[in-house]
Amino acid sequence: MKITLKVWRQKNSNTPGKLVEYQLDNISPDMSFLEMFDVLNGELTKKGEEIIAFDHDCREGICGSCSMYINGRAHGPQTGSTTCQLHMRSFNDGDTIIVEPWRARAFPVIKDLMVDRTAFDRVAQAGGYISVNTGSAPDANEIPVPREIADTAMDAAQCIACGACVAACKNASAMLYVAAKVSHFAVLPQGQAERTMRAERMVAQMDAEGFGACSFTGACSVECPKSISLDHIARLNREYLGAKLTSNNLQG
Amino acid sequence: MELDSKIPEGPLAEKWSRHKFGLKLVNPANKRKYDIIVVGTGLAGASAAASLAELGYNVKAFTFHDSARRAHSIAAQGGINAAKNYQNDGDSVFRLFYDTIKGGDYRAREGNVYRLAEVSVNIIDQCVAQGVPFAREYGGLLANRSFGGAQVSRTFYARGQTGQQLLLGAYHALSRQVANGKVKLITRTEMLDVIVVDGKARGIVTRNLLTGAIESHSAHAVLLCTGGYGNVFYLSTNAMNSNVTAAWRAHKKGAYFSNPCYTQIHPTCIPVKGDYQSKLTLMSESLRNDGRVWVPKNQQDAEKIRKGQMKANDIPEDARDYFLERRYPSFGNLVPRDVASRNAKYVCDEGRGVAPTGLAVYLDFADAIKRDGRKTIEAKYGNLFEMYEKIVGDNPYETPMMIYPAVHYTMGGLWVDYNLMTSVPGLYALGEANFSDHGANRLGASALMQGLADGYFVIPYTVGDYLATIGPGDKVAVDHPAFKEAEQRVHDMNNRLLSIKGSKTVDEYHKALGHIMWDYCGMSRNAEGLKKAKKMIQDLRAEFWQNVRVLGTNEEMNQSLEHAGRVADFLELGELMVDDALHREESCGGHFREEYQTEEGEALRDDANFTYVAAWEYTGDNKPEVLHKEELVFENVKLTQRSYK
Ligand code: SF4
Ligand code: FES
Repeated sequence: MKITLKVWRQKNSNTPGKLVEYQLDNISPDMSFLEMFDVLNGELTKKGEEIIAFDHDCREGICGSCSMYINGRAHGPQTGSTTCQLHMRSFNDGDTIIVEPWRARAFPVIKDLMVDRTAFDRVAQAGGYISVNTGSAPDANEIPVPREIADTAMDAAQCIACGACVAACKNASAMLYVAAKVSHFAVLPQGQAERTMRAERMVAQMDAEGFGACSFTGACSVECPKSISLDHIARLNREYLGAKLTSNNLQG
Repeated sequence: MELDSKIPEGPLAEKWSRHKFGLKLVNPANKRKYDIIVVGTGLAGASAAASLAELGYNVKAFTFHDSARRAHSIAAQGGINAAKNYQNDGDSVFRLFYDTIKGGDYRAREGNVYRLAEVSVNIIDQCVAQGVPFAREYGGLLANRSFGGAQVSRTFYARGQTGQQLLLGAYHALSRQVANGKVKLITRTEMLDVIVVDGKARGIVTRNLLTGAIESHSAHAVLLCTGGYGNVFYLSTNAMNSNVTAAWRAHKKGAYFSNPCYTQIHPTCIPVKGDYQSKLTLMSESLRNDGRVWVPKNQQDAEKIRKGQMKANDIPEDARDYFLERRYPSFGNLVPRDVASRNAKYVCDEGRGVAPTGLAVYLDFADAIKRDGRKTIEAKYGNLFEMYEKIVGDNPYETPMMIYPAVHYTMGGLWVDYNLMTSVPGLYALGEANFSDHGANRLGASALMQGLADGYFVIPYTVGDYLATIGPGDKVAVDHPAFKEAEQRVHDMNNRLLSIKGSKTVDEYHKALGHIMWDYCGMSRNAEGLKKAKKMIQDLRAEFWQNVRVLGTNEEMNQSLEHAGRVADFLELGELMVDDALHREESCGGHFREEYQTEEGEALRDDANFTYVAAWEYTGDNKPEVLHKEELVFENVKLTQRSYK
């Protein structure tokens, strides 16, 4: 396959970037999208040009590192998959493909296609956990958890923190990510003690990081590689409202 | 140096509790006077960092990822073993211990493995309390499955994403300690050296991957939780960034490296497609419960398949060779990982492999679908079939899957004693980075167990003993010349890599090394091949240092430079793996020497001469390493020959 790539090149966060065009003549349809970048980077090195920086690691759709905005879609045209799971057979010979980094105020560009997503970690640190020290846990079967509850928790907990939801949202809102985390704990009996505080603190941190407001368009869920459902956003809204009504901690 | 494993005296079942009682404690008020460095934030690192911070120590945790949650533990699929015996099917701590020792082909320490089995039950409690959404029965209790041929159901799982959920549990615990200010989390930073002063580990030197800044960090103890070295093969199921650098640089500072030749090849991975291939994807072992493995009986048919002139379904039943069922009538398709892998290699070597490369065998679900219906198979394996289709572009409900073995896990690693301390006092290795619990072969669902056992339940006790012995004052500041010298060495190495300006990319060298390792030190090895490989690696290494091309500078985000440093270390480790494989004149677990096999072609151990842990000591650049032996003592199990006929 012959492919024309237009790739966002940006030296660092202080320098403006631009799209640069590359021609690739020998692309196999069985190649993954990132393997195409490996090939391109090999060619660039041979030519003495700096390679294109991008985040990637597991290349099997679970670590959440890869993050390319391809032809206007987070993770490209295939639904329910990450950039690393996309293969060239999803494109046609002769296609032009535009590849950009995630665009969001809370995710500044580091270099080329690599962005800083540590805002997600700070939101998790604000309350995305159950406070239980090592060694203090009761027997694992002491508290039964109904299967549907465990399944719902698992549906939410599958989020890989890739940030596609933010990139896909016109407001760059992080609601789907935050909702997935809040939901995961809110439905489990183990998560009850800190339930109100958690929702409140995580939402406050989300706002502080500069993510936009949620206008419930659903673009996030469509582009989410783990198909995290909008139901979790509805749950987060209930949790948050409930927290506001019951909590003593009313600022934020 | 004498190798002292520090295995406690006394009956097996009492060793750990006696030992814990004997360990020195750090007074709660004094814990905040100690600094501990944790390198790596996978299962072992994140669980250790969180647990130590909960105790009150000051922890600095390092990861080269942008987030602690991206460590490769996240990709583990199958599950985690624990001797809970919730299913009332006869499991016990002793049985889990026994299965692990036997599965490791009697090349692991009894004391360590028993402790692992013992704390396995606490891990599940801890994870459930953290909110890990394990699979449940309708009654709300935890579900289990049997895994990897185990005869009891002791594997806990969270769909096909158990590693992800366990790592998130540890990541959440870690995040809480970051918020509490007890863990300082340093991301996008790679450890490039360990500092040893007066025979004790004193800290590390790192490179900030965003700015290139080379920095020193001092502490009372350093924990390496940096995973395995499977990427020495270039193609493996490991993540792209997984590497041996932290462990290897520690090795060069005096930490012995044990059993590097013990590598695990997983039988069910998606085969290599082309030269551009960057990594291999595992298809869960559970597929062998229903899939039948076969290749055509004759080479002509196989060749036609390879050329695309015939399809799998064109081969009539009587022209198919279900080689595992034929050779192992009682275990059939469920033989252990190493046996299944080796047999796939043999039939491909005979020219009967399928796929254009000739390196693939079929895993066929047609009979299972006929027997149980498509619905049932879909319920069991739907997500795996989908994943396969995404990668290969074939529908496994209609055409048999193609699979081939791939490097998956490394049992070898830094030598540690019972306290997880390496041969350098104050330097510890946890999880896959150490060699300790899996012997020559790891059982399915045991890697997650070991990572979390080390981090949650072993190191919090054992590190205290060391710290209490040295005292809070025994620390070296970062302005000590040892730190400055190490910083300089790191600078020099990076500058050297950048100044070669040769003609080949780092990737090309990495691939070349991978080919050598796979061909001569992979699924089966022999003396002649290993000797050849040793020479080839030496030559490749020499060429690398003359002809590699790394562009850009040190003072910026530079992924080529990062990769170059890691490949430089792999080029040294590869030679040690070959030395280790050559010296071990027996076959055991993942180490199969063609010269040492039974008449039926199975691994033939030599217990009289090789019942020991090989621990290699680095003696200088391009000098032969010195072998130390730690004899393994078996008091509770009888060594037997594995048989799966
Ligand atoms: S919710 Fe989906 S899109 Fe958003 S971070 Fe999680 S996995 Fe990625
Ligand atoms: S590289 Fe891990 S999800 Fe894509």
